[in-house]
Amino acid sequence: MKRILFKSGTMLSALMTAPVFAESKDQIEQYQLNMTKGATDISAGVYDMHMLMFVICVLIGAGVFIAMFISMYFHRKSRGAKPANFHENVKVEIAWTVIPFVILVVMAVPAMNLLIDMEDASEPDVSILVTGSQWKWHYKYMDSEVEFFSKLATQADQISGKIPKGKNYLLEVDRPLVIPTGQKVRFLITSDDVIHSWWVPDFGFKQDANPGFINDAWTNVNEPGVYRGQCAELCGKDHGFMPIVVIAKDPADYNKWISDQVAIQQQAKEKEQRLLSMNMTMDDAMEIGENVYNANCAACHMPNGEGLPGVFPALKGSQIAVADEPKHIDILINGVTGSAMQSYAKQLTMSEIAAVVTYERNAWGNDTGDLVQAKDINSAMNGQ
Amino acid sequence: MSANPNQTKNNKLVLKLAAIVIGMFGFGFALVPLYDVLCDALGINGKPSDTAAAYEAVEIDESRLITVDFITRTNTGMPWEFRSETRQVKVHPGQLNQVNFYVKNTAKTAIVGQAVPSISPGPAALYMNKTECFCFEQQTLQAGEELLMPMQFYVDPQLPEDITYFTLQYTLYNVTANVIASADVVAMN
Amino acid sequence: MTTLTDNTQHDTHADDHHDHHIPYGIKRWLYTTNHKDIGTLYLWFAFIMFLTGGAMAMVIRAELFQPGLQIVEPHFFNQMTTVHGLIMVFGAVMPAFTGLANWLIPMMIGAPDMALPRMNNWSFWILPFAFLILLSSLFLEGGGPAFGWTFYAPLSTTYSADSTALFVFAVHIMGASSIMGAINVIVTIFNMRAPGMTWMKMPLFVWTWLITAFLLIAVMPVLAGAVTMVLTDKFFGTSFFDAAGGGDPVMFQHIFWFFGHPEVYIMILPAFGIISQIIPTFARKPLFGYASMVYATASIALLSFIVWAHHMFTTGMPVAAELFFMFATMLISVPTGVKVFNWVATMWRGSMTFEVPMLFAIAFIVLFTIGGLSGLMLAIVPVDFQYHDTYFVVAHFHYVLVTGAIFSIMAAVYYWLPKWTGKMFHIGLAKWHFWCSLVSVNVLFFPMHFVGLAGMPRRIPDYALQFADINKWISIGGFAFGLSQLIFLVLLVKACKKQGEPVSAQVWEGAEGLEWEIPSPAPYHTFETPPVVK
Repeated sequence: MKRILFKSGTMLSALMTAPVFAESKDQIEQYQLNMTKGATDISAGVYDMHMLMFVICVLIGAGVFIAMFISMYFHRKSRGAKPANFHENVKVEIAWTVIPFVILVVMAVPAMNLLIDMEDASEPDVSILVTGSQWKWHYKYMDSEVEFFSKLATQADQISGKIPKGKNYLLEVDRPLVIPTGQKVRFLITSDDVIHSWWVPDFGFKQDANPGFINDAWTNVNEPGVYRGQCAELCGKDHGFMPIVVIAKDPADYNKWISDQVAIQQQAKEKEQRLLSMNMTMDDAMEIGENVYNANCAACHMPNGEGLPGVFPALKGSQIAVADEPKHIDILINGVTGSAMQSYAKQLTMSEIAAVVTYERNAWGNDTGDLVQAKDINSAMNGQ
Repeated sequence: MSANPNQTKNNKLVLKLAAIVIGMFGFGFALVPLYDVLCDALGINGKPSDTAAAYEAVEIDESRLITVDFITRTNTGMPWEFRSETRQVKVHPGQLNQVNFYVKNTAKTAIVGQAVPSISPGPAALYMNKTECFCFEQQTLQAGEELLMPMQFYVDPQLPEDITYFTLQYTLYNVTANVIASADVVAMN
Repeated sequence: MTTLTDNTQHDTHADDHHDHHIPYGIKRWLYTTNHKDIGTLYLWFAFIMFLTGGAMAMVIRAELFQPGLQIVEPHFFNQMTTVHGLIMVFGAVMPAFTGLANWLIPMMIGAPDMALPRMNNWSFWILPFAFLILLSSLFLEGGGPAFGWTFYAPLSTTYSADSTALFVFAVHIMGASSIMGAINVIVTIFNMRAPGMTWMKMPLFVWTWLITAFLLIAVMPVLAGAVTMVLTDKFFGTSFFDAAGGGDPVMFQHIFWFFGHPEVYIMILPAFGIISQIIPTFARKPLFGYASMVYATASIALLSFIVWAHHMFTTGMPVAAELFFMFATMLISVPTGVKVFNWVATMWRGSMTFEVPMLFAIAFIVLFTIGGLSGLMLAIVPVDFQYHDTYFVVAHFHYVLVTGAIFSIMAAVYYWLPKWTGKMFHIGLAKWHFWCSLVSVNVLFFPMHFVGLAGMPRRIPDYALQFADINKWISIGGFAFGLSQLIFLVLLVKACKKQGEPVSAQVWEGAEGLEWEIPSPAPYHTFETPPVVK
């Protein structure tokens, strides 16, 4: 409480004294007040529909308010106005029931047509499985087995204000989605835990990611470029920190990117297999493990390992971290059903998992002395 | 205040209103099965039927070819390998097809799994008839056990003209804990 | 109807004819079955809740003042947005309208009290209890509810803290309070109208509350069902909303919004009634189209049952369903528009003066219309894909709820306060309150339209840099709006201390209705003998 008061007091005085927005003014792009026209025919159609609705609503509002203000000026007692006594007029009442109804029909027809266009169910050129989880996205190209997680790339120090914020603050990821321009790209959207929502304003659609269910949406991007979006359904504490970045490339560039990714993925797998025969030292494991922990685990279990009582369990002094090593490894690999603890088998390499388990078993006074190696993780994954 | 002449009238009305309240509370719970009934009937929400369909004398529509994609996912906490042998098939409405799904329990204990299907676009679910599916029941695999599970289906020829493809996703959940819990309840009784 | 303009004291002597005096002290307030006392309790409770929920909004706006996380952690921020919403909906707006109903309905229909006075006492007193439970959950390990006032599953079931149980309990109690209040209102209006007060002679405030009460008994039980299902999914192993067990998270949304949409009409229909009482008084002209107003209110209430899925356009509904809900939602704007036109027609060729209640009522008409028009834009499905879950929606509902419902409550308080206390409130403070609130509320909520269109999602504690400037102004508006309410607090305390000029029974020239024929302040017991209405 005191902290909040102190901080708000400091902030208010900063408001008085400092030019608060020097930082953001250098870096913001356009000062945007309206919806984007976007990068697809559909998004342009949506923008046009929005402007049509907006204009109609402004006209209706203006009509009503002008009538009111005229009345407030002329029909004032202080101006000597005497009150009339009418209190109904059937013709007028019918008119202002029927005319709005007609206006609504005028609005509804193009809206219906646009919606039907958006639900085009013809065959796509590319299909991508989009899986939301707390708090990142996973993309998998259905045709080529390329898959990866996409997480917020903005550094924590920018968020806490220790260093200046970058241009794409909160709208940058470590591995963007790449799609081809000029082709129909279908997104199959689902979730691994709670409801999320996949939204890129420039594509003109938003679709919820429901756990256990699949939704689809499609887009056909006209221009190459970088398009940014955000999760649009409250999904827990880092709902504001799981952005979406899509890079649209010409089909030729896209195909090259895909084959590069296939090769990179293959190499990573092979490297992981090679590393299985190597052993890390305790110092290496603790160093790598601490980095992995801070990047992946600290959000819930906290940097000090104490978790959030009642929500995320503490690792410091926990039975599993101090005694039950097989269970500890199993949780990392498979997650815990019916909880927010995800499976990390696909998110981290076996060496990273080994390192972070080692770190968790030795940090914060846990001091088990256990040193876990990548091959231990490999055995556990294969049921040995 | 003196004795209320309206007392009886009031009480009668209160009872009627209370009945509405109780009725609406029941209606809230009735929405649960109602939701499934409406989803089944209207084919919304992409949930295909969870009982086996019968395949009897269905005419095959050779003029149409429907693309069906298969997606397999294991949810958090489910260590099985799970994949479909074919990612995509093109079928005629009315034609009976079989697609096999491979599962392997890579953990050290027996695990019970439940597959949950979901179809997109939603309206296609109404026309997806499965005559045999592993998703109708829970599947138990011992440690290390693997299995090839068949799924047989046909697409109803009444599928609307404008639907030419759909995707069927299976999410595999680890329901061992629930099974143990209800077994305990049974054992206790 | 005749109006009395002299300030007679004789009715207070009526108390001497009773075999008891007006009670006093804590016992009075704890045990009262008097509709005026209970009305006062509800109104003060609602105001305290308004300031509490407002304080949470100040925390939210303080964090959003600049990009970056400066003041609170994201998990606590989510608790603030959630509890702010719950308090404003269930603790401020609904109890305030119930307080007004309690004070005014018996007087307006010539009844001595509500039909079920003891249940009335219970309806109120369980509310502070419920809110104590809700607020205390914020101090538990794991924190209070953090899943939005809409508590979608599975965020509210599998992925929430244990305090969810307290949240469920509190909602059940609030729901019970509303249901009991609604039953009381319906029975009172059905059975206790003075002779001659036929249905089509009832004041509009009574009509709108009658219709609201029916909405309440229809949908609050459904909320109770939804919240119970969340409780059992979380603690008792059911799978209503869990796909693994055969359930469906989207079904939660259907059940919730089946309650949720009528709920927002519950929060605005009494406001319509209030405005329909105030405008004719200060225009010195009868309400235009009384019958249409009644039918329009009833149509809005009926239509409110078939539009719920317009909150769910992005969940993956088939096109046919989306079109149905789009058309039904657009249709509601017709009766709503009729009401707005009728108010303007009431003003038209009237003889207007602009006392503070009228200022708030006029502001309501303008600003609620803006909120309603943004609602019409939201109804259009293909564009809603861009608006949904952005600040455009936040702008819409704050316009209809703050400059709509809350302004109407303030208008009502200013309008009837002199009747309740017998003294005119401090007009200078009232005008400052109005103008400061009017300016700051628009600085606060109007820019939200823009930042939502520009792509800012809702329920986020931090945002990208292009949203920074507008968020700064929104926060400044928020702080100013919060401070403006302190003017209202000062005014209310002075009014309760009975400071100010004494007023007549009619108080406002042009005021018509049974409540303006009894003395000001209204005696503790009124209409013990029912008047005859011609």
